[in-house]
Amino acid sequence: MKPTLIGVTCLMLGAGAAVAETAPQAVEYDEYGAVAASLSGAAGDPVEGRVVVSTKSMGNCVSCHAISEMSDVPFHGEVGPVLDGVADRWNEAELRGIVANAKMTYDGTIMPSFYKDTGYVRPGDAYTGKAAKVAPLPPLLTAQQVEDVVAYLMTLKEE
Amino acid sequence: MKLTSLKVVASSALALALATGGAQADQEADLIINGDTEITVRTAAPAHLENLSEILSGWTFRTDETQALQMDDFDNPGMIFVDQGLDVWNTVEGSADKSCASCHDGPESLKGLRAELPKWNEDAGKVYTMEMYINDCRTERMGAEAYGWSDKNMVNLTALISVQSRGMPVNVAIDGPAQSTWEQGKEMYYTRYGQLELSCANCHEDNYDNYIRADHLSQGQINGFPTYRLKNAKLNSTHDRFKGCVRDTRAETFKPGSDEFVALELYVASRGNGLSVEAPAVRN
Ligand code: HEC
Ligand code: HEC
Repeated sequence: MKPTLIGVTCLMLGAGAAVAETAPQAVEYDEYGAVAASLSGAAGDPVEGRVVVSTKSMGNCVSCHAISEMSDVPFHGEVGPVLDGVADRWNEAELRGIVANAKMTYDGTIMPSFYKDTGYVRPGDAYTGKAAKVAPLPPLLTAQQVEDVVAYLMTLKEE
Repeated sequence: MKLTSLKVVASSALALALATGGAQADQEADLIINGDTEITVRTAAPAHLENLSEILSGWTFRTDETQALQMDDFDNPGMIFVDQGLDVWNTVEGSADKSCASCHDGPESLKGLRAELPKWNEDAGKVYTMEMYINDCRTERMGAEAYGWSDKNMVNLTALISVQSRGMPVNVAIDGPAQSTWEQGKEMYYTRYGQLELSCANCHEDNYDNYIRADHLSQGQINGFPTYRLKNAKLNSTHDRFKGCVRDTRAETFKPGSDEFVALELYVASRGNGLSVEAPAVRN
Protein backbone atom coordinates (compact mmCIF):
# COMPACT_ATOMS: atom_id res chain seq x y z
CA MET A 1 0.00 0.00 0.00
CA LYS A 2 1.46 3.33 -1.10
CA PRO A 3 -0.51 6.32 0.10
CA THR A 4 0.17 9.30 -2.18
CA LEU A 5 1.51 12.18 -0.26
CA ILE A 6 -0.89 15.01 -1.04
CA GLY A 7 -0.39 15.92 2.58
CA VAL A 8 3.22 16.79 1.87
CA THR A 9 2.33 20.05 0.15
CA CYS A 10 0.23 21.15 3.06
CA LEU A 11 3.05 20.21 5.31
CA MET A 12 5.56 22.31 3.42
CA LEU A 13 3.19 25.24 3.49
CA GLY A 14 3.11 24.72 7.19
CA ALA A 15 -0.62 23.90 7.25
CA GLY A 16 -0.95 22.07 10.52
CA ALA A 17 -1.24 18.31 10.85
CA ALA A 18 1.47 16.19 9.28
CA VAL A 19 -0.86 13.60 7.73
CA ALA A 20 -0.65 11.60 4.55
CA GLU A 21 -3.89 11.57 2.61
CA THR A 22 -4.66 8.81 0.12
CA ALA A 23 -5.95 10.14 -3.22
CA PRO A 24 -9.12 8.51 -4.60
CA GLN A 25 -7.30 6.60 -7.33
CA ALA A 26 -4.67 5.33 -4.90
CA VAL A 27 -7.10 3.71 -2.47
CA GLU A 28 -6.42 -0.02 -2.13
CA TYR A 29 -9.43 -2.26 -1.76
CA ASP A 30 -8.98 -5.89 -0.76
CA GLU A 31 -10.82 -8.60 -2.67
CA TYR A 32 -14.00 -8.06 -0.59
CA GLY A 33 -13.91 -4.29 -1.01
CA ALA A 34 -12.49 -3.38 2.41
CA VAL A 35 -9.96 -0.58 2.94
CA ALA A 36 -7.58 -1.10 5.85
CA ALA A 37 -5.96 2.29 6.40
CA SER A 38 -7.48 5.68 7.20
CA LEU A 39 -7.87 7.69 3.99
CA SER A 40 -6.88 10.93 5.68
CA GLY A 41 -4.19 9.41 7.86
CA ALA A 42 -6.13 10.69 10.86
CA ALA A 43 -8.88 9.28 13.04
CA GLY A 44 -12.52 10.05 12.27
CA ASP A 45 -14.82 12.17 14.39
CA PRO A 46 -18.24 10.53 14.90
CA VAL A 47 -19.94 13.84 15.71
CA GLU A 48 -18.82 15.35 12.39
CA GLY A 49 -19.73 12.09 10.69
CA ARG A 50 -23.30 12.31 11.94
CA VAL A 51 -23.57 15.75 10.32
CA VAL A 52 -22.23 14.43 7.00
CA VAL A 53 -24.65 11.48 7.02
CA SER A 54 -27.71 13.63 7.71
CA THR A 55 -26.95 16.75 5.65
CA LYS A 56 -28.35 17.02 2.15
CA SER A 57 -25.41 18.94 0.70
CA MET A 58 -22.91 16.46 2.19
CA GLY A 59 -23.32 12.68 2.38
CA ASN A 60 -27.12 12.78 2.37
CA CYS A 61 -27.04 9.11 3.32
CA VAL A 62 -30.48 9.37 4.93
CA SER A 63 -32.00 9.97 1.50
CA CYS A 64 -31.57 6.21 1.01
CA HIS A 65 -31.01 4.79 4.52
CA ALA A 66 -33.11 5.01 7.68
CA ILE A 67 -31.31 5.24 11.04
CA SER A 68 -33.46 5.05 14.21
CA GLU A 69 -30.92 6.98 16.26
CA MET A 70 -31.44 9.94 13.86
CA SER A 71 -35.15 10.38 14.40
CA ASP A 72 -34.52 14.13 14.84
CA VAL A 73 -33.73 14.26 11.10
CA PRO A 74 -36.89 14.19 8.92
CA PHE A 75 -37.53 11.93 5.92
CA HIS A 76 -35.33 8.84 5.89
CA GLY A 77 -35.30 6.93 2.64
CA GLU A 78 -35.95 3.25 1.96
CA VAL A 79 -33.71 2.60 -1.04
CA GLY A 80 -30.89 1.07 1.04
CA PRO A 81 -30.96 -1.11 4.17
CA VAL A 82 -31.66 0.36 7.60
CA LEU A 83 -28.27 1.16 9.13
CA ASP A 84 -29.15 0.26 12.74
CA GLY A 85 -26.55 -2.16 14.07
CA VAL A 86 -24.38 -1.79 10.97
CA ALA A 87 -21.20 -1.93 13.11
CA ASP A 88 -22.24 -5.41 14.27
CA ARG A 89 -22.35 -6.54 10.66
CA TRP A 90 -19.18 -4.92 9.33
CA ASN A 91 -15.79 -3.94 10.76
CA GLU A 92 -14.17 -0.55 10.29
CA ALA A 93 -12.16 -1.49 7.18
CA GLU A 94 -15.27 -2.93 5.53
CA LEU A 95 -17.35 0.16 6.33
CA ARG A 96 -14.59 2.40 4.95
CA GLY A 97 -14.67 0.39 1.73
CA ILE A 98 -18.47 0.61 1.48
CA VAL A 99 -18.50 4.38 1.99
CA ALA A 100 -15.50 5.05 -0.29
CA ASN A 101 -16.76 2.89 -3.15
CA ALA A 102 -19.64 0.53 -2.37
CA LYS A 103 -19.34 -1.04 -5.82
CA MET A 104 -16.21 -2.84 -4.64
CA THR A 105 -18.30 -4.62 -1.99
CA TYR A 106 -21.61 -4.91 -3.86
CA ASP A 107 -21.16 -5.27 -7.58
CA GLY A 108 -23.47 -2.89 -9.46
CA THR A 109 -25.06 -1.37 -6.34
CA ILE A 110 -27.16 1.77 -6.67
CA MET A 111 -25.21 3.32 -3.78
CA PRO A 112 -22.99 6.15 -5.10
CA SER A 113 -19.21 5.99 -4.69
CA PHE A 114 -18.26 8.75 -2.29
CA TYR A 115 -14.49 8.67 -2.70
CA LYS A 116 -13.96 8.30 -6.42
CA ASP A 117 -13.05 10.96 -8.99
CA THR A 118 -13.10 9.43 -12.49
CA GLY A 119 -14.97 6.98 -14.69
CA TYR A 120 -18.29 8.82 -14.95
CA VAL A 121 -20.71 9.09 -17.88
CA ARG A 122 -21.42 12.79 -18.58
CA PRO A 123 -20.05 14.07 -15.27
CA GLY A 124 -21.70 17.35 -14.28
CA ASP A 125 -20.70 20.41 -12.29
CA ALA A 126 -22.50 19.37 -9.07
CA TYR A 127 -26.29 19.86 -9.50
CA THR A 128 -26.16 22.61 -12.15
CA GLY A 129 -26.84 20.28 -15.09
CA LYS A 130 -23.77 21.78 -16.80
CA ALA A 131 -20.67 19.82 -17.78
CA ALA A 132 -18.03 19.28 -15.11
CA LYS A 133 -15.42 22.02 -15.18
CA VAL A 134 -12.58 19.89 -13.88
CA ALA A 135 -11.31 16.35 -14.32
CA PRO A 136 -10.78 14.44 -12.18
CA LEU A 137 -13.82 15.61 -10.20
CA PRO A 138 -13.57 16.42 -6.53
CA PRO A 139 -14.89 13.27 -4.80
CA LEU A 140 -18.35 13.55 -3.18
CA LEU A 141 -16.74 13.44 0.27
CA THR A 142 -13.23 14.40 1.36
CA ALA A 143 -10.91 11.77 2.85
CA GLN A 144 -11.56 13.18 6.31
CA GLN A 145 -15.33 13.22 5.80
CA VAL A 146 -15.20 9.52 4.86
CA GLU A 147 -13.28 8.84 8.06
CA ASP A 148 -15.80 10.84 10.08
CA VAL A 149 -18.70 8.92 8.52
CA VAL A 150 -16.98 5.60 9.25
CA ALA A 151 -16.40 6.68 12.86
CA TYR A 152 -20.11 7.52 13.13
CA LEU A 153 -21.18 4.21 11.56
CA MET A 154 -18.96 2.39 14.11
CA THR A 155 -21.23 3.80 16.84
CA LEU A 156 -24.29 2.06 15.33
CA LYS A 157 -24.24 -1.07 17.49
CA GLU A 158 -27.21 -3.02 18.78
CA GLU A 159 -25.45 -5.83 20.62
CA MET B 1 -32.31 -8.41 10.85
CA LYS B 2 -35.38 -8.64 8.68
CA LEU B 3 -37.50 -7.94 11.74
CA THR B 4 -35.47 -4.92 12.79
CA SER B 5 -35.65 -3.38 9.37
CA LEU B 6 -39.40 -3.85 9.25
CA LYS B 7 -39.77 -2.25 12.62
CA VAL B 8 -37.63 0.73 11.70
CA VAL B 9 -39.27 1.20 8.33
CA ALA B 10 -42.60 1.21 10.07
CA SER B 11 -41.45 3.79 12.58
CA SER B 12 -39.89 6.00 9.92
CA ALA B 13 -43.10 5.72 7.91
CA LEU B 14 -44.86 6.92 11.02
CA ALA B 15 -42.46 9.84 11.42
CA LEU B 16 -43.13 10.63 7.80
CA ALA B 17 -46.87 10.48 8.23
CA LEU B 18 -46.56 12.87 11.13
CA ALA B 19 -44.33 15.24 9.21
CA THR B 20 -46.65 15.37 6.21
CA GLY B 21 -49.83 15.60 8.24
CA GLY B 22 -50.79 12.00 7.56
CA ALA B 23 -51.06 12.53 3.81
CA GLN B 24 -50.32 9.07 2.47
CA ALA B 25 -51.13 7.83 -0.99
CA ASP B 26 -54.06 5.56 -1.52
CA GLN B 27 -52.34 3.30 -3.98
CA GLU B 28 -55.38 1.15 -4.57
CA ALA B 29 -57.62 4.04 -5.62
CA ASP B 30 -59.16 4.25 -9.07
CA LEU B 31 -59.18 7.40 -11.13
CA ILE B 32 -62.39 8.57 -12.77
CA ILE B 33 -62.26 12.14 -13.99
CA ASN B 34 -65.39 14.32 -13.81
CA GLY B 35 -67.34 11.21 -12.83
CA ASP B 36 -67.22 9.88 -16.40
CA THR B 37 -63.74 9.51 -17.89
CA GLU B 38 -62.23 6.26 -16.62
CA ILE B 39 -58.45 6.31 -16.46
CA THR B 40 -56.39 3.12 -16.44
CA VAL B 41 -53.81 3.82 -13.74
CA ARG B 42 -52.55 0.24 -13.37
CA THR B 43 -52.35 -2.53 -15.94
CA ALA B 44 -50.16 -5.38 -17.18
CA ALA B 45 -46.77 -4.27 -18.48
CA PRO B 46 -46.29 -4.33 -22.26
CA ALA B 47 -44.45 -7.41 -23.55
CA HIS B 48 -41.23 -5.53 -24.35
CA LEU B 49 -40.80 -4.54 -20.70
CA GLU B 50 -38.85 -7.43 -19.22
CA ASN B 51 -38.35 -6.21 -15.68
CA LEU B 52 -41.84 -5.14 -14.63
CA SER B 53 -45.06 -7.12 -14.52
CA GLU B 54 -47.38 -4.20 -13.77
CA ILE B 55 -47.23 -0.59 -14.87
CA LEU B 56 -48.57 2.18 -12.67
CA SER B 57 -49.43 5.79 -13.29
CA GLY B 58 -47.59 8.37 -11.20
CA TRP B 59 -51.06 9.31 -9.89
CA THR B 60 -51.16 6.13 -7.75
CA PHE B 61 -48.11 7.31 -5.79
CA ARG B 62 -49.38 10.76 -4.91
CA THR B 63 -51.11 11.77 -1.69
CA ASP B 64 -54.90 11.71 -1.36
CA GLU B 65 -54.96 15.50 -1.66
CA THR B 66 -52.92 15.57 -4.84
CA GLN B 67 -54.88 12.66 -6.28
CA ALA B 68 -58.14 14.50 -5.62
CA LEU B 69 -57.04 17.53 -7.64
CA GLN B 70 -57.03 15.40 -10.76
CA MET B 71 -60.47 13.91 -10.26
CA ASP B 72 -62.43 16.96 -11.34
CA ASP B 73 -61.48 19.52 -13.97
CA PHE B 74 -62.75 22.34 -11.78
CA ASP B 75 -60.11 21.39 -9.21
CA ASN B 76 -57.33 20.60 -11.67
CA PRO B 77 -55.12 23.70 -11.84
CA GLY B 78 -53.68 22.41 -15.14
CA MET B 79 -57.01 23.10 -16.89
CA ILE B 80 -56.43 26.87 -16.77
CA PHE B 81 -53.46 26.31 -19.02
CA VAL B 82 -55.50 24.12 -21.35
CA ASP B 83 -57.84 27.14 -21.74
CA GLN B 84 -54.85 29.32 -22.50
CA GLY B 85 -53.77 26.70 -25.03
CA LEU B 86 -57.14 27.12 -26.74
CA ASP B 87 -56.49 30.86 -27.11
CA VAL B 88 -53.17 30.07 -28.76
CA TRP B 89 -54.91 27.54 -31.01
CA ASN B 90 -57.27 30.22 -32.26
CA THR B 91 -54.70 33.01 -32.66
CA VAL B 92 -53.79 33.98 -36.21
CA GLU B 93 -50.06 34.46 -36.52
CA GLY B 94 -47.34 34.53 -39.14
CA SER B 95 -47.04 35.52 -42.81
CA ALA B 96 -49.75 33.06 -43.95
CA ASP B 97 -52.39 34.70 -41.72
CA LYS B 98 -53.41 31.40 -40.22
CA SER B 99 -54.08 29.90 -36.82
CA CYS B 100 -54.08 26.20 -35.88
CA ALA B 101 -57.88 26.41 -36.21
CA SER B 102 -57.64 27.56 -39.84
CA CYS B 103 -56.42 24.10 -40.86
CA HIS B 104 -57.59 21.80 -38.04
CA ASP B 105 -60.92 23.33 -36.95
CA GLY B 106 -61.39 22.51 -33.26
CA PRO B 107 -58.71 20.73 -31.21
CA GLU B 108 -60.98 17.66 -30.95
CA SER B 109 -59.96 16.94 -34.57
CA LEU B 110 -56.64 15.76 -33.10
CA LYS B 111 -58.23 13.24 -30.73
CA GLY B 112 -56.05 10.13 -30.52
CA LEU B 113 -52.82 11.82 -31.56
CA ARG B 114 -51.32 12.07 -28.09
CA ALA B 115 -51.77 8.34 -27.48
CA GLU B 116 -49.44 7.39 -30.34
CA LEU B 117 -46.72 10.02 -29.95
CA PRO B 118 -43.80 10.07 -30.41
CA LYS B 119 -44.02 8.36 -33.80
CA TRP B 120 -42.11 7.97 -37.03
CA ASN B 121 -42.62 10.86 -39.46
CA GLU B 122 -42.03 9.54 -42.95
CA ASP B 123 -41.53 12.95 -44.58
CA ALA B 124 -39.01 14.10 -42.03
CA GLY B 125 -37.31 10.70 -41.84
CA LYS B 126 -37.22 10.70 -38.04
CA VAL B 127 -39.24 10.18 -34.89
CA TYR B 128 -41.46 13.16 -34.10
CA THR B 129 -42.88 14.38 -30.82
CA MET B 130 -45.91 16.67 -30.58
CA GLU B 131 -43.66 19.71 -30.21
CA MET B 132 -41.99 18.90 -33.53
CA TYR B 133 -45.34 18.63 -35.33
CA ILE B 134 -46.43 21.94 -33.82
CA ASN B 135 -43.26 23.69 -34.88
CA ASP B 136 -43.51 22.31 -38.43
CA CYS B 137 -47.01 23.78 -38.65
CA ARG B 138 -45.74 27.10 -37.40
CA THR B 139 -42.75 27.41 -39.70
CA GLU B 140 -44.03 25.60 -42.81
CA ARG B 141 -47.76 26.38 -42.82
CA MET B 142 -48.22 29.55 -40.78
CA GLY B 143 -45.03 31.35 -41.65
CA ALA B 144 -44.52 31.95 -37.94
CA GLU B 145 -41.50 31.42 -35.73
CA ALA B 146 -40.88 28.08 -34.07
CA TYR B 147 -41.60 27.96 -30.34
CA GLY B 148 -38.91 26.98 -27.89
CA TRP B 149 -39.55 23.54 -26.39
CA SER B 150 -40.48 24.91 -22.98
CA ASP B 151 -42.24 28.12 -24.07
CA LYS B 152 -45.48 28.68 -22.23
CA ASN B 153 -47.51 28.69 -25.45
CA MET B 154 -45.89 25.46 -26.62
CA VAL B 155 -46.55 23.60 -23.37
CA ASN B 156 -50.11 24.90 -23.14
CA LEU B 157 -50.82 23.85 -26.74
CA THR B 158 -49.47 20.34 -26.08
CA ALA B 159 -51.79 20.15 -23.05
CA LEU B 160 -54.78 21.23 -25.14
CA ILE B 161 -54.04 18.62 -27.80
CA SER B 162 -53.24 15.91 -25.23
CA VAL B 163 -56.44 16.34 -23.24
CA GLN B 164 -58.43 15.44 -26.38
CA SER B 165 -57.06 11.89 -25.99
CA ARG B 166 -57.62 11.67 -22.26
CA GLY B 167 -58.71 8.16 -21.26
CA MET B 168 -57.39 6.54 -24.44
CA PRO B 169 -54.68 3.89 -24.01
CA VAL B 170 -51.12 4.93 -24.76
CA ASN B 171 -50.12 2.94 -27.82
CA VAL B 172 -46.71 3.95 -29.09
CA ALA B 173 -45.13 1.93 -31.94
CA ILE B 174 -41.66 0.66 -31.18
CA ASP B 175 -40.96 -1.36 -34.32
CA GLY B 176 -40.49 -0.49 -37.98
CA PRO B 177 -38.52 2.64 -38.74
CA ALA B 178 -38.83 3.89 -35.14
CA GLN B 179 -36.98 0.90 -33.75
CA SER B 180 -33.43 2.26 -33.77
CA THR B 181 -34.56 5.45 -32.01
CA TRP B 182 -36.38 3.29 -29.47
CA GLU B 183 -33.20 1.24 -28.90
CA GLN B 184 -31.26 4.44 -28.35
CA GLY B 185 -33.79 5.58 -25.75
CA LYS B 186 -33.70 2.21 -24.05
CA GLU B 187 -29.95 2.35 -23.79
CA MET B 188 -30.18 5.79 -22.21
CA TYR B 189 -32.76 4.53 -19.72
CA TYR B 190 -30.27 2.02 -18.37
CA THR B 191 -27.18 4.29 -18.50
CA ARG B 192 -25.84 5.33 -15.12
CA TYR B 193 -25.25 9.05 -15.61
CA GLY B 194 -23.36 11.57 -13.55
CA GLN B 195 -21.24 11.49 -10.45
CA LEU B 196 -23.99 9.66 -8.57
CA GLU B 197 -23.99 6.99 -11.31
CA LEU B 198 -27.76 6.57 -11.35
CA SER B 199 -29.87 5.44 -14.29
CA CYS B 200 -33.58 6.06 -14.79
CA ALA B 201 -34.04 2.36 -14.04
CA ASN B 202 -32.20 2.59 -10.70
CA CYS B 203 -34.87 4.92 -9.38
CA HIS B 204 -37.99 4.19 -11.43
CA GLU B 205 -37.68 0.44 -12.07
CA ASP B 206 -35.61 -0.95 -9.17
CA ASN B 207 -36.96 1.40 -6.50
CA TYR B 208 -40.43 2.60 -7.42
CA ASP B 209 -42.70 2.68 -4.37
CA ASN B 210 -39.66 3.34 -2.14
CA TYR B 211 -39.05 6.70 -0.56
CA ILE B 212 -35.88 8.52 -1.53
CA ARG B 213 -35.68 11.12 1.22
CA ALA B 214 -39.17 12.73 1.15
CA ASP B 215 -40.02 11.63 -2.40
CA HIS B 216 -42.20 8.60 -3.04
CA LEU B 217 -40.66 7.17 -6.20
CA SER B 218 -43.05 6.35 -9.03
CA GLN B 219 -42.31 4.44 -12.21
CA GLY B 220 -41.52 7.73 -13.97
CA GLN B 221 -44.31 7.25 -16.52
CA ILE B 222 -45.12 10.08 -18.94
CA ASN B 223 -48.77 9.34 -19.71
CA GLY B 224 -49.74 12.40 -17.64
CA PHE B 225 -47.57 14.93 -19.45
CA PRO B 226 -47.54 17.83 -19.68
CA THR B 227 -48.12 17.78 -15.93
CA TYR B 228 -49.09 20.55 -13.57
CA ARG B 229 -46.62 20.55 -10.68
CA LEU B 230 -47.58 22.03 -7.33
CA LYS B 231 -43.90 22.82 -6.93
CA ASN B 232 -43.76 25.39 -9.75
CA ALA B 233 -47.47 26.02 -10.40
CA LYS B 234 -47.34 25.56 -14.17
CA LEU B 235 -47.43 22.86 -16.78
CA ASN B 236 -44.15 21.04 -17.33
CA SER B 237 -43.00 19.31 -20.48
CA THR B 238 -41.68 15.76 -20.54
CA HIS B 239 -38.22 16.95 -21.53
CA ASP B 240 -38.05 19.43 -18.67
CA ARG B 241 -38.76 16.56 -16.29
CA PHE B 242 -36.07 14.41 -17.92
CA LYS B 243 -33.67 17.32 -17.66
CA GLY B 244 -34.31 17.65 -13.93
CA CYS B 245 -33.90 13.94 -13.29
CA VAL B 246 -30.59 13.76 -15.19
CA ARG B 247 -29.34 16.90 -13.44
CA ASP B 248 -30.13 15.28 -10.08
CA THR B 249 -27.58 12.56 -10.81
CA ARG B 250 -24.90 15.31 -10.88
CA ALA B 251 -24.61 14.82 -14.63
CA GLU B 252 -24.34 17.13 -17.61
CA THR B 253 -27.93 16.96 -18.75
CA PHE B 254 -29.32 16.95 -22.31
CA LYS B 255 -31.27 19.82 -23.84
CA PRO B 256 -35.06 19.76 -24.13
CA GLY B 257 -35.74 18.99 -27.78
CA SER B 258 -32.41 17.21 -28.31
CA ASP B 259 -32.31 14.01 -30.38
CA GLU B 260 -31.35 12.18 -27.20
CA PHE B 261 -34.42 13.31 -25.27
CA VAL B 262 -36.68 12.55 -28.25
CA ALA B 263 -35.32 8.99 -28.23
CA LEU B 264 -35.74 8.75 -24.46
CA GLU B 265 -39.29 10.08 -24.75
CA LEU B 266 -40.19 7.38 -27.28
CA TYR B 267 -38.76 4.68 -25.03
CA VAL B 268 -40.34 5.97 -21.80
CA ALA B 269 -43.70 6.48 -23.56
CA SER B 270 -43.59 2.85 -24.72
CA ARG B 271 -43.08 1.70 -21.12
CA GLY B 272 -46.54 3.16 -20.50
CA ASN B 273 -48.30 1.39 -23.37
CA GLY B 274 -51.67 0.40 -21.91
CA LEU B 275 -52.00 3.19 -19.33
CA SER B 276 -54.45 5.95 -20.25
CA VAL B 277 -53.45 9.36 -21.49
CA GLU B 278 -53.93 11.45 -18.36
CA ALA B 279 -52.71 14.91 -19.34
CA PRO B 280 -52.79 17.38 -17.75
CA ALA B 281 -51.92 15.33 -14.65
CA VAL B 282 -51.29 16.91 -11.24
CA ARG B 283 -48.09 16.03 -9.41
CA ASN B 284 -46.05 17.54 -6.61
C1 HEC C 1 -28.82 6.14 -3.77
C2 HEC C 1 -28.92 5.31 -2.58
C3 HEC C 1 -27.85 5.29 -1.52
C4 HEC C 1 -27.15 6.33 -0.94
C5 HEC C 1 -27.24 7.81 -1.26
C6 HEC C 1 -26.32 5.75 0.07
N1 HEC C 1 -26.48 4.40 0.10
FE1 HEC C 1 -25.58 3.07 1.39
N2 HEC C 1 -26.49 1.49 0.45
C7 HEC C 1 -27.44 1.61 -0.54
C8 HEC C 1 -27.88 0.28 -0.92
C9 HEC C 1 -28.94 -0.05 -1.98
C10 HEC C 1 -27.15 -0.62 -0.12
C11 HEC C 1 -27.23 -2.16 -0.11
C12 HEC C 1 -26.20 -2.70 -1.06
C13 HEC C 1 -26.83 -3.36 -2.24
O1 HEC C 1 -27.49 -4.38 -2.04
O2 HEC C 1 -26.71 -2.82 -3.34
C14 HEC C 1 -26.30 0.17 0.74
C15 HEC C 1 -25.47 -0.36 1.72
C16 HEC C 1 -24.83 0.38 2.71
C17 HEC C 1 -24.15 -0.16 3.87
C18 HEC C 1 -24.14 -1.63 4.30
C19 HEC C 1 -25.46 -1.80 5.03
C20 HEC C 1 -25.74 -3.10 5.74
O3 HEC C 1 -26.74 -3.12 6.43
O4 HEC C 1 -25.01 -4.07 5.61
C21 HEC C 1 -23.65 0.90 4.56
C22 HEC C 1 -22.85 0.87 5.85
C23 HEC C 1 -24.00 2.11 3.83
N3 HEC C 1 -24.72 1.76 2.71
C24 HEC C 1 -23.68 3.41 4.22
C25 HEC C 1 -23.98 4.56 3.51
C26 HEC C 1 -23.49 5.88 3.85
C27 HEC C 1 -22.65 6.18 5.08
C28 HEC C 1 -23.93 6.73 2.88
C29 HEC C 1 -23.64 8.20 2.69
C30 HEC C 1 -22.29 8.66 2.81
C31 HEC C 1 -24.75 5.95 1.98
N4 HEC C 1 -24.74 4.65 2.38
C32 HEC C 1 -25.44 6.48 0.89
C33 HEC C 1 -27.90 2.79 -1.12
C34 HEC C 1 -27.42 4.07 -0.85
C1 HEC D 1 -32.12 9.82 -8.10
C2 HEC D 1 -33.39 9.27 -8.49
C3 HEC D 1 -33.93 9.51 -9.88
C4 HEC D 1 -33.37 9.23 -11.10
C5 HEC D 1 -32.00 8.65 -11.38
C6 HEC D 1 -34.35 9.58 -12.09
N1 HEC D 1 -35.47 10.08 -11.51
FE1 HEC D 1 -37.22 10.56 -12.43
N2 HEC D 1 -38.00 11.16 -10.64
C7 HEC D 1 -37.37 11.07 -9.41
C8 HEC D 1 -38.24 11.59 -8.38
C9 HEC D 1 -37.90 11.67 -6.89
C10 HEC D 1 -39.44 11.98 -9.03
C11 HEC D 1 -40.71 12.57 -8.37
C12 HEC D 1 -41.53 11.45 -7.79
C13 HEC D 1 -41.94 10.46 -8.84
O1 HEC D 1 -42.90 10.71 -9.61
O2 HEC D 1 -41.26 9.42 -8.96
C14 HEC D 1 -39.26 11.68 -10.44
C15 HEC D 1 -40.24 11.88 -11.41
C16 HEC D 1 -40.12 11.51 -12.75
C17 HEC D 1 -41.17 11.65 -13.72
C18 HEC D 1 -42.57 12.23 -13.46
C19 HEC D 1 -43.55 11.11 -13.26
C20 HEC D 1 -44.97 11.62 -13.11
O3 HEC D 1 -45.86 10.79 -12.91
O4 HEC D 1 -45.22 12.83 -13.20
C21 HEC D 1 -40.66 11.18 -14.90
C22 HEC D 1 -41.38 11.12 -16.23
C23 HEC D 1 -39.30 10.75 -14.65
N3 HEC D 1 -39.01 10.97 -13.33
C24 HEC D 1 -38.47 10.19 -15.60
C25 HEC D 1 -37.12 9.88 -15.38
C26 HEC D 1 -36.20 9.47 -16.42
C27 HEC D 1 -36.57 9.26 -17.87
C28 HEC D 1 -34.97 9.32 -15.83
C29 HEC D 1 -33.63 9.05 -16.46
C30 HEC D 1 -33.17 9.99 -17.42
C31 HEC D 1 -35.15 9.58 -14.42
N4 HEC D 1 -36.45 9.94 -14.19
C32 HEC D 1 -34.15 9.45 -13.46
C33 HEC D 1 -36.11 10.55 -9.18
C34 HEC D 1 -35.24 10.07 -10.16
